[in-house]
Amino acid sequence: MKLTKYLAVLLILLPCNLVAVQQHWKSLINDGVHDPTSPAIGILQEPSQAFSLLPADTAGNKVSWVRALREQYIQPRTNIFPETKINVLDMDIIMDRTGEMPMVRFPHKAHTEWLDCENCHDDIFIEIADANPVNMFAILAGEYCGRCHGAVAFPLTECNRCHSVDRNTFTGQPGAQPEKDLTDMLN
Amino acid sequence: MTHDVTQLSKKNTRHRSIILFFCTLSGLSCFSVLAEYADVVLNRNAEFNDMPPVVFPHWFHRIRFRCKVCHHELGFKMRAGSNDITMGDIIDGKYCGMCHNGEIAWSVDNCELCHSGKPGLKTGMQGSNETSGPGRW
Repeated sequence: MKLTKYLAVLLILLPCNLVAVQQHWKSLINDGVHDPTSPAIGILQEPSQAFSLLPADTAGNKVSWVRALREQYIQPRTNIFPETKINVLDMDIIMDRTGEMPMVRFPHKAHTEWLDCENCHDDIFIEIADANPVNMFAILAGEYCGRCHGAVAFPLTECNRCHSVDRNTFTGQPGAQPEKDLTDMLN
Repeated sequence: MTHDVTQLSKKNTRHRSIILFFCTLSGLSCFSVLAEYADVVLNRNAEFNDMPPVVFPHWFHRIRFRCKVCHHELGFKMRAGSNDITMGDIIDGKYCGMCHNGEIAWSVDNCELCHSGKPGLKTGMQGSNETSGPGRW
């Protein structure tokens, strides 16, 4: 008899679950920040309308922004002022002081496709490999990588996306890796 | 007979725990964080001047512009709440006004499209988990 009750509860909750799965992205009218009575509702683009066409991810907006850009699902503008120099760099930094965690590979490429050098250097990071006392406490408090990761870039729950280099199989030297040619990066 | 009852009760317990697990999962997935990831509420000046707070959707803008456009060219500091933006600045073509001028994006007379937030919202990142400022994880 009790089992039937549990099953009944499950059956009641199942549709809620399905709705939650179906609606990856909340509608503006019930997203908790927009005023449901605002005339903007119905005019502003709904997240689901844009995101359902972009490559999927499991965290943040549930969209892989790096893939969306590289595979040209989106072509966001690089500048407004014609004279602005577009800086891009394809150079990895391997950070080896990561305790028991795998080493961190920082790809300049994925970052400079979106950001300018000046966004990080020298306010957030000094432009010398190994000279920045980056640690997870500071990152979790919104400093260093945490300025964006956990706020607008993929969240800090995704440890292995940064801690991606196995120190036992890595044969190179930690620190700045050789710069790669970036001719095909300039759009 | 006794043996059967014990087995049945064990079976029931197992069923119950499985069902409870799924119920909890269902329950949890009904609640999610507010707003879309990286939505920013701007309310340093809005409600003080009797306007609803502004909701800035990062996602909408990054589909159309790379981060460097606003955070490098237009001078938006990369910390929610640290940009003291006034309508005067915007009308003068600074900050949002660089695009929201009726040419690249809608002009400033569409007040309610930006000022669309619920009353009383605090300035900061709303849909992130979470780094709107020093450590609230």
